[in-house]
Amino acid sequence: MRQRPLSPHLGIYRFAYTMATSIAHRASGLVMSAGLIVLTWWLLAAATGPESFAAAVAVLGSGLVQWLLAAWLLAFCYHLCNGLRHLNWDLGRGLEKEQARRSAAVVVAATLLLAVLFGYVAFFAGVPR
Amino acid sequence: MSLRSPLGKVLGRGSAKQGVSHWWVQRVTAVALVPLTLWFVFQLIHLPTADFDSVRQWAAEGFNPVLLILLIGAMTWHSALGAQVVIEDYVPHKGAKVAALLANNLLHVVIAVTAVYAVLRIAFTTFTAG
Repeated sequence: MRQRPLSPHLGIYRFAYTMATSIAHRASGLVMSAGLIVLTWWLLAAATGPESFAAAVAVLGSGLVQWLLAAWLLAFCYHLCNGLRHLNWDLGRGLEKEQARRSAAVVVAATLLLAVLFGYVAFFAGVPR
Repeated sequence: MSLRSPLGKVLGRGSAKQGVSHWWVQRVTAVALVPLTLWFVFQLIHLPTADFDSVRQWAAEGFNPVLLILLIGAMTWHSALGAQVVIEDYVPHKGAKVAALLANNLLHVVIAVTAVYAVLRIAFTTFTAG
């Protein structure tokens, strides 16, 4: 079979920051795919018994893993905001270059706002029940 | 000279005709995941996550097990489809690509079944008030 060029032949394009938002969507998605393993492990530990759960919490509460959880929160906020941008595109809206650039900026701003809000509550404040 | 008929030559060519379904399921799960993930993140923030009993109480009470299972289903499906596209785009070697696609699907099924099993086990072994 003849080797034909496949879709991400990125080298031929001049860099535009909308490209960064596109690749970041994939990257944040993959980061959360890896997070699925951790979520499953946490649920399984809760299903198994107090000792397994204590062991899981000890790992999840350690410094490095807390940073990982923060990275997952950031990835989630970004993937959510940019995912809504994608769904809007799927409705055939906002596809002009200028609109796409503007929505990229909105997504970055909304991501930071959401991440700071969730991050503050999750890691520092806690919510009174 | 080939003994194959012209029809035989062209049959089986072209796309696998599954692109539309892949695209559509990716969107359906995306829409479902907007409320489900927001619900989950809000719940997690509220939860004293280090406490065994309160995590189990939360996972078992009311409609939560159902929402958790829906969340797991939508997330693993969405994740499998997304990772599949990344593998198809970035793994150039054909054999490695097929192996990675197989591993991707198997891993996601294992994750989904394990997580659902965990939720059901918590739900069926925890007594909740009301």
